[in-house]
Amino acid sequence: MACVLIPVVAAGAVAVVLVLRLWIVCRSQDVTPRESLSLLVVAGSGGHTTEILRLLGSLSSAYSPRHYVIADTDKMSADKINSFELDRADRDPSTMFLQIYSAPVNKAVREHSAVMDSRYYIHRIPRSREVQQSWLSTVLTTLHSMWLSFPLIHQVKPDLVLCNGPGTCVPICIAALLLGILGIKKVIIVYVESICRVETLSLSGKILIHLSDYFIVQWPTLKEKYPRSVYLGRIV
Amino acid sequence: MKRVFVTVGSTSFDELITRVSAEESLHIFRSLGYSQLTLQIGRGAVVPEPFSADSFTLDVYRYKDSLREDLERADLVISHAGAGSCLETLEKGKPLVVVINEKLMNNHQLELAKQLHKEGHLFYCTCSTLPGLLQSMDLSTLKCYPPGQPEKFSAFLDKVVGLQK
Repeated sequence: MACVLIPVVAAGAVAVVLVLRLWIVCRSQDVTPRESLSLLVVAGSGGHTTEILRLLGSLSSAYSPRHYVIADTDKMSADKINSFELDRADRDPSTMFLQIYSAPVNKAVREHSAVMDSRYYIHRIPRSREVQQSWLSTVLTTLHSMWLSFPLIHQVKPDLVLCNGPGTCVPICIAALLLGILGIKKVIIVYVESICRVETLSLSGKILIHLSDYFIVQWPTLKEKYPRSVYLGRIV
Repeated sequence: MKRVFVTVGSTSFDELITRVSAEESLHIFRSLGYSQLTLQIGRGAVVPEPFSADSFTLDVYRYKDSLREDLERADLVISHAGAGSCLETLEKGKPLVVVINEKLMNNHQLELAKQLHKEGHLFYCTCSTLPGLLQSMDLSTLKCYPPGQPEKFSAFLDKVVGLQK
């Protein structure tokens, strides 16, 4: 009887600790002053990538280096990202050099330098869910994506994760949360709901509104429905 | 020369392509004074035959790196309800008719089209109601679309992540 009870109690205790850690990580919004921060951007397909690149275009060069995560089946997003970064490097006189990588990130190159530069990296992970994929297989593919997301997040250890709704972002954000729960690093998670979402949240939005540090919506109806969200007007 | 540009972005929308290249629609375009119709058909299976006759031209293609030129030359844009297509067109100040694809389940694109229509920036319809709309709509009632403000996002983010000014 005791041999069954002890592991069950131990598992229960671990679960309680994890939930408490999750609660602490989600609620902590300390602002540490800093001069730069590394950014991990989840780029979904089509319009998602267009929207997120518009947001990135407004950010200063302090957001560097930039790590982009795209689905392995997404060809167009890599092109859009490369054009965006090349255009940015042309316009920014402080550009030191440009690097393009696919996963895994080379440890030597990842070392931070005191000078801000325009390094960016593109990583690919399997898509969590294809459009109109069945729910059961979605659970399996999402678990598979999470299995691969954690090593990526652990290697990159970004200061900030930015995403805007494609299924690919859920495993990434959960992996980022896990870094916090395990006491490795607190990663700020910022989610911007797509401009298409006027009255209802996307599925990713419904999941991540409770797990992100800042959840930004672009229409007042959503702000009314979800008081926890941040409304800045139309930002794309 | 007045031009109509039809775009479906990276999707396929065979019903729309079939509808706009049908004789009925071509007749409507001609009667409204348009002499060029360009179809960007994306992944679609329906590929109308291009032609040039009776001072009317029909062009067809799947993709271009950028639709900027075609949008700039158009006097009327007919588009699927994708956000990218809609916003790019509205930002160029072009009259826009959005056609809803009724085959898409849980059509989240519809929310944006409805909202922008409510604000007076575009007209929207389905494939079957498109001919009627083309003949009855008044493009001069459309209002200018103010662009989004990503600088509000960067100001907010700089503040909450602690970046020094």
